Amino acid sequence: MIERAIPLLYLAAAASFILALKWLSSVPTARRGVLVGIAGMALAVGGTLLRPEIVSYRWIAAAFVAGTVIGVPMAMMPMTAVPQRTALSHAFGALAAALVGTAEFYLRAPRIDRFTMGALALEVLLGFLTFTASLMAFGKLQEILPARPITYRNQNVVNLSILGVAAGAGAYLVARPEAAWLFPVLAVLSLVFGVMLIVPIGGADMPTVISLLNSYAGLSAAAMGFVLDNKLLIIAGALDGSSGLILSVIMCRAMNRSFTNVLFGAFGQVQAGAGTVGEQRIVRGATAEEAAGILQAASRVIVVPGYGMAVAQAQHKVRELYDALTKAGIDVKFAIHPVAGRMPGHMNVLLAEADIPYDRLMEMEDVNSEFPQADVALVLGANDVTNPAARHDRSSPIYGMPILDVDKARTVMVVKRSMNPGFAGIDNELYYLDRTLMVFGDAKAVVGNIVRELAGGGGH
Amino acid sequence: MSPELEQGLYAFLLATFVGLEIIRRVSPLLHTPLMSLTNAISAIAVVGSIVVAGEQKTTLSTVLGTVAVACSTINIVGGYLITYRMLRMFRKSGKDKP
Repeated sequence: MIERAIPLLYLAAAASFILALKWLSSVPTARRGVLVGIAGMALAVGGTLLRPEIVSYRWIAAAFVAGTVIGVPMAMMPMTAVPQRTALSHAFGALAAALVGTAEFYLRAPRIDRFTMGALALEVLLGFLTFTASLMAFGKLQEILPARPITYRNQNVVNLSILGVAAGAGAYLVARPEAAWLFPVLAVLSLVFGVMLIVPIGGADMPTVISLLNSYAGLSAAAMGFVLDNKLLIIAGALDGSSGLILSVIMCRAMNRSFTNVLFGAFGQVQAGAGTVGEQRIVRGATAEEAAGILQAASRVIVVPGYGMAVAQAQHKVRELYDALTKAGIDVKFAIHPVAGRMPGHMNVLLAEADIPYDRLMEMEDVNSEFPQADVALVLGANDVTNPAARHDRSSPIYGMPILDVDKARTVMVVKRSMNPGFAGIDNELYYLDRTLMVFGDAKAVVGNIVRELAGGGGH
Repeated sequence: MSPELEQGLYAFLLATFVGLEIIRRVSPLLHTPLMSLTNAISAIAVVGSIVVAGEQKTTLSTVLGTVAVACSTINIVGGYLITYRMLRMFRKSGKDKP
């Protein structure tokens, strides 16, 4: 009897997920969104456990325990590791979908109708390719694998052929589900394609790629919904798929690039003509003491954080700097470029973790008009997103990319390890401007020194 | 086209449009929590996994289903927990952390 309630539980779960995402749109309601999301998942799991097909709970219980034991520590990782963690969880989600698809195939084939087989092939293809692609992304973000793009001749031809053969195997299975030997071919090629897809992707493109994998993991779950004829799976998968899609579009737009260009363009290779030797251009250096003096004399400061801040784990020192300057009556804002860091919103969570109020964090469109009034723009580990060449140099690989107008501030201070060009291997014109001062060193150490100088010399 | 398929396609279409409209409104400030939350939601694959693991039709399907339940559980537990942790960090100026 009780199983009659299951469809209602699923319906309530679907509504909860939609509400969860709706409430996540702004900070004051966001936590309520998470809670309603948890409630939705509890309804979905509870409803599923009531289903009459389930004859034993032993393995399910064991898997719940194992998942919790792994899941809790994964939620406790430091905020600097969030991009890696996200890649890893995309891998788990996609693997679950692919494994269920595999099990369903062997349970049903060859008595499987064409449409179900098509959805199943799509589920398995997307699931397995997202699994290995996410693991590769994890490896690159964790720096187990080299973060630089690796390219070779005819790479795109090879990759597209693998995908083509995998899709062909899937299509043949739709026509002839009795050709079960093709299923492992589909699975293995999907796994291989996932690896090959990420090999040419560099660190700077990770925000787009992680978003895209997010979308694929969702679509794979939606495909599972078609196989199992379960609307809840279809709806939740579609929500996830559209979320990943929107984020990837935002990331692409913020780099003025297309999907195809991100996936097949192998951005960040050494560019011909970049870093021309012989042309020694002059930069002006400054010490932490001088930097502190300039900051003290300012009334408006805009901090521009980038991946370098995350790598140096400098966010807590940046908070101390924020506190010191704010106490001295200086207006401090943070300018966040959409692709700063290694995943969408990366800088925001780091700064929030360090207790910097979120109303100080400004998006690119809002903050760009404020740079001309700023006394100091302090660039911390950001590079390409501040390069004025994106505005006027047609030969630059980043030409057309929307940038933060850092060069319009009265004084620009750049904290940087060395003069090595950034990820994309492009020299940054910003560093050679008359108004630019370079403060060399590790972001955490430099900001720490500036804070110390401010505390020591702040006798006015 | 079977009625189930037709309904499924309608559900997919409408959910995609709802998703696009809702998620377009999410502040860029919260893009990282958004991704971890959608990650937890897409662990809805747990529904299919539980059935495959629990119906115990073949050894292969039980093993695959069990692994799938474990993977989904990782994302459910980890995804909601880290999203909640992140959101607790966001505070406005002049306010202490709750």
